[in-house]
Order: sequence, then C-alpha cells, then structure tokens
Amino acid sequence: MRAFLSLLNGPQTFGSSRGFWATAIAVFLVALLFPLVGDGYTVGNLAYFGVWVFMALGLSLIWGYGGMLSFGQTAFFGLAGYSYGVIAINLGANYGYPVLALFCALVIAAVLALVLGYFMIYGRITGVFVGIVTLSVTLTFATFLNQTAGPEWRIGRARLNGYNGMTRIPSLSIPWFDGDKITFRGPALYYLVLVLLVLCYLGLRIMVNSRFGNVLVAIRENPERAELLGYDIRRYQLVAFVVGSTLAGLSGVLYTAWGQFIVPAAMALPAAAMPIIWVAVGGRKDLTATLIGTLFVLWLFQTLIVISQQYALIVIGALLLVTILVMPGGYIVWVVENRDAIFNWRRHRAERLAESRAVASDGASE
Amino acid sequence: MTVLLETTNLSKHFGGLKAVDDLSLAVQEGELHCLIGPNGAGKSTFFRLILGRYPPTAGTVRFCGEDITQLHAAARIRRGISIKMQVPGVFAELPVRQNLVIALQYRFAEPELTREVDRLLALVDLTAETAKQAGQLAHGQKQWLEIAMAIGARPKLLLLDEPTAGMSPEETYKTGEMIVELNRNAMTVLVVEHDMAFVRQIARQVSVLHLGRLFAQGSIDQITDNEAVQEIYLGKGHHGH
Repeated sequence: MRAFLSLLNGPQTFGSSRGFWATAIAVFLVALLFPLVGDGYTVGNLAYFGVWVFMALGLSLIWGYGGMLSFGQTAFFGLAGYSYGVIAINLGANYGYPVLALFCALVIAAVLALVLGYFMIYGRITGVFVGIVTLSVTLTFATFLNQTAGPEWRIGRARLNGYNGMTRIPSLSIPWFDGDKITFRGPALYYLVLVLLVLCYLGLRIMVNSRFGNVLVAIRENPERAELLGYDIRRYQLVAFVVGSTLAGLSGVLYTAWGQFIVPAAMALPAAAMPIIWVAVGGRKDLTATLIGTLFVLWLFQTLIVISQQYALIVIGALLLVTILVMPGGYIVWVVENRDAIFNWRRHRAERLAESRAVASDGASE
Repeated sequence: MTVLLETTNLSKHFGGLKAVDDLSLAVQEGELHCLIGPNGAGKSTFFRLILGRYPPTAGTVRFCGEDITQLHAAARIRRGISIKMQVPGVFAELPVRQNLVIALQYRFAEPELTREVDRLLALVDLTAETAKQAGQLAHGQKQWLEIAMAIGARPKLLLLDEPTAGMSPEETYKTGEMIVELNRNAMTVLVVEHDMAFVRQIARQVSVLHLGRLFAQGSIDQITDNEAVQEIYLGKGHHGH
C-alpha cells in the first residue's frame, strides 16, 4: 500500500498528504453511494459530466505536462466516436460487440495520433504551430463529416448522415449469464464512467510522477537542455501526445454510447475550444486541478445554457479570457501554490508589522 | 595518451559564411583544453557540431574512436559527452533537487540516485536550496547547478561554454578550482572562454580559433607570447593580460 502510494505521489502532482487521500477516498465513496439516493436525471447528468473528463486529463498531459497546446482533442474524440458508431452498428449490440467496438475505436484514435504526432514532433513543429496544425486537422475532419449527408456515405450498415450525425448507435453492453446482457445506461453507465475515471486518474498520476514524467516536464521547461542531458525528447513528446489523444478518444466513445448518437458539431470550433477552457481554468499543470476545474466549468456551462446558448458561450469565452489575463496558470493551481500566503496572511502581516516596528525603533535609537 | 575527441576537416557553412572551416582538432584523454578566439571565430558553432545540433557541411566527428557524425544529440550525450551551456540551462520552474534528479536518473537507480544528488548538491554548495525553484537562484548558483547537472552523469568529456559568464571574480575563481579538481579526477574538459585570467588559471592546453580555422595551439605561455595571436585576438599592448 505504501509502495503504491509512493508511485502516485511526487513532485508533479498536488496532494500527497494523508488528508488529501482521505478526502479523495471519501469523495469516491460518496460517488459510489450516490445512485442509491440520487434521482435518475442527476445520476445520468453526472455520468455525462464524467464522460468529458478523460479528454481534459489527456489535454493536461499533452499541454500542461508536455508543453504542447493541442487543439486536436475533439478530432480524436470525434474519430473515436464515429468509429465506435460505425463498428457497433455493423456488429450489433449482442455478444459484447460494443466493447470490441470501443477497443477498436481507441486503437484507431491512437494510430491517428501516432501518425499525426510523428510528423509533427519529428518534423520539429513546436509552440503555436502545434496548435495550428492540430486545429486544422480537427476542422478539416469536422468539415468533411458535415458533407456526408448523401446515401452514398455509408460504411456497411452505418450511414454517416452529414451534419445530422449518426443515430441509433448501440449502447455499451457486455454479455451476462443465461444469455442475458448488461447494458450500460443510467446507473450502470455512471458506475462504468466512475471506475474508468479513477483508473485513468491514478494511472496518469503514476505516469507523470515516474521518470517519464520527470523528463516530460523537463522538456516543457527547456527542450534543448533536456535533449542535451541525453533524452530523445521527441519520443517522450510522442508518447504523451498519443496517450492524451487516446483519452480524448475514450471520451468520444463514452459520449457516443451515452447519447447513442454523434454529430460533426462535436468537433467544430466551439467544441474544439472547450477542452482548452476546462483545463486552463483549473490549471493545466496539475491533474487534480484539471479534474476539478473541468467538472466546475461543465456544471457552469450547463447552468447557463438553460438561459441561452449564445449567452453561455459568451460567458465561457469571457472566462477563458479573464483566466489567461489574470491567472494564466489556472485558479486552483494558483491557490495551491500560494496557500501559505493566502491562508496565513494574518500571521504574515503581524510579522511584517513587527519587523517594521523593529526597524523603526532601531532607527530611533541611533 | 589516447585521443578522446577528434574532428577531421570539419566544416559548417551558412551560405557564404564559413563559420567553421576545415577544422581538425584532437582532444587527448585527460586533457584540460581551452578554446579561445575573437567573437565570430566559430567556437559556439564548433560546440554545436560536436553535439550534433547542426549537421556539418563536411568532415567527421569521432568520439572514443567511433564516428558519431550521424548520431543525434541525445545519442552522443549517452556515449559520454556532457555540456554546460552558455546561458544557464536549468529547468526554471522545477525545484533544484528535481533538476539534478532529471540529469542523473538514467545513470543511477535508487538509492544510489539520492546519494549522488546529495553529493553534487554539497559539491556546488546548494544543499540549503534544494526545495527552491531553480529559476529563483542567483545567477552564479544557476551556473553551478548546471555544472552539477552536466557532471552528474559522469561524462568522459565535459564541454563548458563560457562557464563563468556573469560570475563575480570570487565565483569565477571557485569555478576554476572546481574544474581543475574535476580534471584531476580523470575527466577530460574542453572549455570555451573569453576571460584570459580564467584561462591562465585552469588551462594546460590552448587552441586558438580564428575565422573558423585552427590558428594556433600550445601552452598558455606559448599562446600569449605568439605575436600573430596577439594581433588577432589579444590586441597589442595587452600582453599577459
């Protein structure tokens, strides 16, 4: 247990104290018990929130830890979502085929990330150009899918359906005893998302606190120095890019399975900017801050969108602007890094006061 | 003595500019070798060619007898070359200790890693600063931290690009002593330096570059007495500096 904890904790993540882990376990237990008391709508809604978090954690890895601002998260989200839809429609909902479709969709997303990442990273594309290349790929993909309305755009039994999107996609399900099956809807989907979230969160914590993570943040800080310490930095960046993009793919599959549909708008510009905002608000350089920040912005967006969609987009856009101007590292990260100054300000003020009094009395005595 | 690093007819041309031109230079194992020359003599380009930051226009680089001309930078470093860059190249937002861990982690496993990091921290007088972000160190301390990072992996050849730039005279002197001590413990060192007092303090062997070519070579006294060198670099009347 202690050895496991030492893998999870390290210089690259906040929260290593007993208090932190006790709180984390308490939150997990509450989340486990919630469907027993919560109403069906809220449970479904929480599962919907959780679906997006994988994409945010992936972006935290690529951007926050690896220093590459990728606008490509929704491309992998969409690619995996469409792949899941096409495969699941063709194979049908029985015999656990949707789970096979999930794995195939993730492999497809990972392979595209590997190809795109290889040409980008080994082509020495850095800085803002990573954003431009990934955004171009995302928008090209969204535009392409928008014009697939005609009946000729079909793969087997699955019609792509243009901007209306693919519908009637089977939910995730696994075969059960006596020819029965478990379909992941409602509370079952909620538990699936919760378990996957915990696994991904812990897995990423281990990854960023490992030797690999050490080198990854070193590359973010100073790529030339990292390379001249003997690390082939391109390999590290590529691994981070593929893992982070595949997590976006996982979000895409879960989203598609949750709503049983996927539309090109899930990839278009407003959607592509969303992960950036989720990650920026909490703080991209920490997984926990990203997790909390993402859930907060999702909740805020949903609350606002009830009033008006345009209004919600403006407020969320303004939130991004204010964050970048006022607190580019993210609010949660800022609070944690300055916790001593914030929570002990009375003591600090008293100390400063005592110091200045001492100086003043020194001056008077001379 | 065996040759550790050898460049043969090494050239790097940028259009019409011959930054390094047909340069053949050998560094013997165990040497403390200084590379001097006026601005634009090609010293920095030469270092970049050794490290594989640029592909050469012509010529070869051999290290420990192996032709490394085609290897990328990280692979050369792994063969036992290390560099301290001119501008302090530390990981500014990371703690001092983590900077060293990153530099050493592929060479050592725990618990040796922690022991080595502690030893180096003591060597460069940073034991009290381990938790500080490297970017918050004083300039001289950053230089030392980077020297510690460069020697941490126990390289066969240490390249130092103006290691004392921006240091106070005391810090410069202390750095000189540190370099001499490292060399005494069997590390071969190649230094690019402007400060002639510093070169006199440390150097056993001096090479002068001029217009990308090897202009003169010898002991520090031979070099300072060489009139042609005074012409191009030291300037007449600065004899002995």
